[in-house]
Amino acid sequence: MSIIKIDSSNFEEIKNSEKRVLIDFYADWCGPCKMIAPIIEEIAEENPQYVVGKVNVDDCPELAVKFGVSTIPNLVVLENGKVLNQIAGARPKAAILKMLEE
Amino acid sequence: MSVYDMIIIGGGPAGYTAALYASRAGFSTLVIERMSAGGQLALTDVIDNYPGFEEGIDGFSLGMKMQATAERFGAVTEYAEVVSLDLSGKIKRVVTDSGEFEAKTVVIATGANPRELGVEKEKDFLGKGVHYCAHCDGRFYKDKTVAVVGGGNSAVSDALYLSRLAKKVYLIHRRDSLRATKIYHKPLEEAENIEFIWNSQITKFLGEQRVSSAEIKNTQSGEVSQLMCDGFFVSIGRSPATDFLKGAVELDPNGYIVAGESTETNVEGVFAVGDVRTKALRQVVTAVADGATAVHYAEEYLAKFNG
Repeated sequence: MSIIKIDSSNFEEIKNSEKRVLIDFYADWCGPCKMIAPIIEEIAEENPQYVVGKVNVDDCPELAVKFGVSTIPNLVVLENGKVLNQIAGARPKAAILKMLEE
Repeated sequence: MSVYDMIIIGGGPAGYTAALYASRAGFSTLVIERMSAGGQLALTDVIDNYPGFEEGIDGFSLGMKMQATAERFGAVTEYAEVVSLDLSGKIKRVVTDSGEFEAKTVVIATGANPRELGVEKEKDFLGKGVHYCAHCDGRFYKDKTVAVVGGGNSAVSDALYLSRLAKKVYLIHRRDSLRATKIYHKPLEEAENIEFIWNSQITKFLGEQRVSSAEIKNTQSGEVSQLMCDGFFVSIGRSPATDFLKGAVELDPNGYIVAGESTETNVEGVFAVGDVRTKALRQVVTAVADGATAVHYAEEYLAKFNG
């Protein structure tokens, strides 16, 4: 599956998805966000069992505040609307997959 | 398993320059990178001191260009993290989380990471008010109060950057004068919202969900105080990424790989390039120079090896 662009209009729907959700909080000016962008894309394509989305923190500051994001990239795993896992900073692919599977 | 002429661990400027020189010389070359090309370079906003880019260039793009240059001559990149390695034999083995690789020579180009203060609650508040990259996270502190810890060039440049966003910036330094070069002094004096806290060290961070303050100890008087801030930016230098080597090559007491300008380590056929080795000046230009030098000496070694 491809990555879904998340904003306040579709957030509730994605949050309550039946699948586990990975959200990547990023900004266009953020070097480490660019570093992990291709990794997030690969994860989305290779793992149809997850919903993978990204939030541009400049466009949606309210969502960043909601998840206490003050470091980007910031990765959040949700299940049934609840936060299962959250990490700040760029990580290798294996670490991101692990946090999704936990 | 095919044996590469050269495996390079780390895809920053030093690593990809070694890859460029090696692949261009006709050697089979593999770069093992844990995340993405560029290393520390990719985290730098603008690079003004790498010649050839008169307008400056952002670090991420420069890193990608270096990777593309090496790959043009046949260097291959494997995205994986090194788990263990055996460098003692003639054929070196590198075990990663996505398979094992063998090579006649190994170039270690793993660079360095921001150094931590090593105080209570620092790890708990990582990304929750404790930061190591002002250019990455500074924008979350528009009109807020922040503190920068350190007294070198990067700390001062972080403080100046943050002073343009935040309402107030404290600069906490354990000495009574800055190590930063003169070029920074005038803009510092002109920035009205930067306040110095001299002779002071953070001893612990405090807060509930997020950091809300830090306990600060005066190194002269021993007096302890509390500084309320929305965010803290730690900029006290870097430490080399050499933990994974576990004694495979000689390190100095600070953890840097012992290697001179030839980049040769104490192990035959193993080279160390860029920020990870003992050297006076850690810059992109000196890192790329190391990459070329390593391949020069590796060529001599390989000629002996194959002869």
